[in-house]
Parts: sequence; structure tokens; C-alpha cells
Amino acid sequence: MIDKTVPDGAAAVADIPEGATILIGGFGRAGQPVELIDALIAHGAGGLTVVNNNAGNGDTGLAALLDRGLVRKIICSFPRQHDSWVFDRLYRAGEIELELVPQGNLAERIRAAGAGIGAFFTPTGVGTQLAEGKETRTIDGRDYVLEYPIRADFALISGLRADRWGNVVYRETARNFGPIMASAATTTIVQVDEVVPLGGIDPETVVTPGIFVDRVVAVGERAWLQGGAFVGGVDVEGRPHGDATAEVDQ
Amino acid sequence: MSTRISRDDLARRIAADIPEGSYVNLGIGAPTLVANFLPVDQEIILHTENGLLGMGSAPDAAHVDPDLINAGKQPVTALPGAAYFHHADSFGMMRGGHLDVCVLGAFQVSETGDLANWSTGAPGAIPAVGGAMDLAIGAKSVYVMTDLLAKDGSSKLVASCTYPLTGVGCVSRIYTDHGIFDVTADGLAVREAFGENTVASLAELTGLVLADATGADLTEGNR
Repeated sequence: MIDKTVPDGAAAVADIPEGATILIGGFGRAGQPVELIDALIAHGAGGLTVVNNNAGNGDTGLAALLDRGLVRKIICSFPRQHDSWVFDRLYRAGEIELELVPQGNLAERIRAAGAGIGAFFTPTGVGTQLAEGKETRTIDGRDYVLEYPIRADFALISGLRADRWGNVVYRETARNFGPIMASAATTTIVQVDEVVPLGGIDPETVVTPGIFVDRVVAVGERAWLQGGAFVGGVDVEGRPHGDATAEVDQ
Repeated sequence: MSTRISRDDLARRIAADIPEGSYVNLGIGAPTLVANFLPVDQEIILHTENGLLGMGSAPDAAHVDPDLINAGKQPVTALPGAAYFHHADSFGMMRGGHLDVCVLGAFQVSETGDLANWSTGAPGAIPAVGGAMDLAIGAKSVYVMTDLLAKDGSSKLVASCTYPLTGVGCVSRIYTDHGIFDVTADGLAVREAFGENTVASLAELTGLVLADATGADLTEGNR
């Protein structure tokens, strides 16, 4: 019997070593695997290289991982945001290395790793600072720059539901980097609201097939759903209305 | 009469140039205003880089859904007929030339259509590029929406960009508060001069040689 479920986040991340490269899903807060990141913080492995679109928001999730000094380098497209004060401080202090990648190249480099592509020529970034020093080629009259895959030791991603074989469905724009990151890591760990029995996900709607997934952790239903139905009652950061100081108080 | 139109009027002007049936990406910032002026009786499909086609307007507070956001990480809605997809597909839509129009902001645009909009190159600034470079080179028509003059009075239309480039030769048309400019093989052409502006006055403001295309048919496709 194949059972990829593990009891909790701590068990899921227990073998992540010092210096690991980790793909972390999410676009801003949407799809960020916060419970897995919290487990990683408690686990304490440092010297990490993290790949994410951003570099943390507020003081929770990825920002908290950075704040603990556990991340040596971040590979992302858009670190600077109105609420990226943790990254901003570390970057200005020279305490974190940044590799800035155009967002589509970031996605395609991750996809390429998962798909076994050795490298690819892309038009994005040609003639800009972000292509300096990289090999270029003119193909059919258009200029392209050579980009290499981003492979990782682990991927931490967030889905809505999974089964014990690791088939995953996502929710809305929280899907973002999840499917491609799942394919690009040696060990892929998925947190979901709930684990359903085999057959509980229509095969026509599976977004990430279980072959890409190694571990599944159920973390309970997100605050704005009830029995799978949207009930709202939160702001865009997921905080209950009237509870605007929740994050600050932590 | 004056020499500038408001940002809302500029957004309305851009919206009027987007044909029904277009797939459109509106960049973060002023370009998102264009959505407010798209005709409600036409179907124009908005793309957001974080994985949604068929993006609708912002929800009321009771319907804010943290899983449903736009590229600026603001809450949005999904229209009937919307589709979700992952990031590699989303940027394949850009890079693969499937988007008809994108509207972007700018620090500078050169007379050959080079765009600078992601970094001022200021020392100590934290760089962030996001999807700007992919959008700039991907859409069939790349429209820039910007004030003609920077805060210091200098022209944002330049012979050659001094800020770090986002894309080379990628801009099709520039919508400014003073007038509309097309990027042509021979440099910039004034398509429309707003208010009291003339091709000559715009040439003086920008310090560029500008062709006069103000008599051209506005419905004609751009390059």
C-alpha cells in the first residue's frame, strides 16, 4: 500500500539538512505553505537556499523563516514589497544573498528542472542587466538568452486537497507555483486542508499527479472555508475582520 | 483647454482602443485603472500573471478571498468563464505571444521602443522585477501608460534610456497625459495630441524628432 501521508509538519520536514535548497510555493501570501514553514523554523536547519516568487510578507511564514536567520540565499523575482521589511533589513545588512530572476524565467527554470530539460533559450531579459554574462543566441532573427533549470532538494507547497497517493488539487490563484515546484524537487512535501480517500478526487481534475509528490500533511481547513464552501470573514491576508492587530501581536 | 488630461481620462482613452475579444494584461499601478473603463457590453478577458484569465473587479469586504488575488496581491473576483492555471502556463501565455495587449507603466521609453520600468538603478535600492520583463517582450501590442514628464520635468520619452532596461524594442505605443505616440521604424510618431499640444510643442517638450501621424486612422493596427 502506498501512503504518502505523514502525521504533521514536524515529521514532514524532519530530514531537511543544513544548506538544503528548498522551493517554497506561493505568490505573496496566496498558496504559501505556512504550516510547513513553521515546522521548518522549529526544525531549525540553517544555511538554506530558498526559491519563492517573493521574499516574505509581514512577520509570518517565509518572512519568519528569514527573520530567524535560517536562509543564506533567496532566488526570487520580486523581493521588495510594502510589507517585506524582514527581507529589506537582512538585504541592507548584507545578511542574505539575492538572485533576482524575471518571474517567467523563474517559473520556466523550475518547470525545466521537473521536465528534465538541460537548459533553454528565452527572449525574456535579453539586453537587460539580468541577462549580463549569459550565453545568447539569435534564432530565426530573434535574440534569446540561455537559462538553466532550478532543481531543489525539497519543495514545500500548499494545496486544497490530496489523497494518500499524493494527487493534489489547488484553490484559485493559490495554485501559482505549486504544480511546477512539485515536479522539480527530490522530495516534495504538500500541505493540504484535508486528505480524502482514493477516488475522492475526480481524475479529470487532478492538477498535480501523485508521481510528483512524496509527503502529504493535512493541516485543517483554511479560515475562509467551511465544509469546502467559501464563507469569507477575513481580509486579504487571511485575518478575521476586526482582528487587524493579530499579526503584530505575535 | 489645457495641455494635460487626467489619469482617468487617459485610462478611458486606452480602454477605448482595446477591441472586444482581446486578452489583456494590465500592469501594476496606473494601468489597472484601465479596467474601470472597459465597456461593460463587450467581452474583454483580463489576464493576471499569478494564474487567472477572466479576472473581475474587486470584491466587497465580505467576499474577500485570500486565495483569489491579482499581480498586485489585491483581492479580485473571477468571472463566469474564468480559468486558473499554474505559473509556467501563465508566463507561457505572455512569452508565447498569446496575449493581445498589455499596458505597462514606465520610467522611460526610447524612440526605438526600449522600455525601462523596473529599476532606477539608484544605489542601495532593492531590485525587484516581477513579471515586467516577460510582459514587455510577450504581448502582441505593448502599450505604455505614463505621464510624459517625470517629476523633475524631464521627458520620459528619450533618445536612449538611461535607466536599466526592461526590454529592447518592445513598446508599440505610448499613451501619455499630453498625447499618444506610436513607435515606428523611423522613430516616434504623434498619433494624437491632447488639448493645446501640437506635434511641434511635443517635440519641444521631449527634445525628439517626432513624425506627425495625427491624421492617421486611429482604428488602424499598430506595428
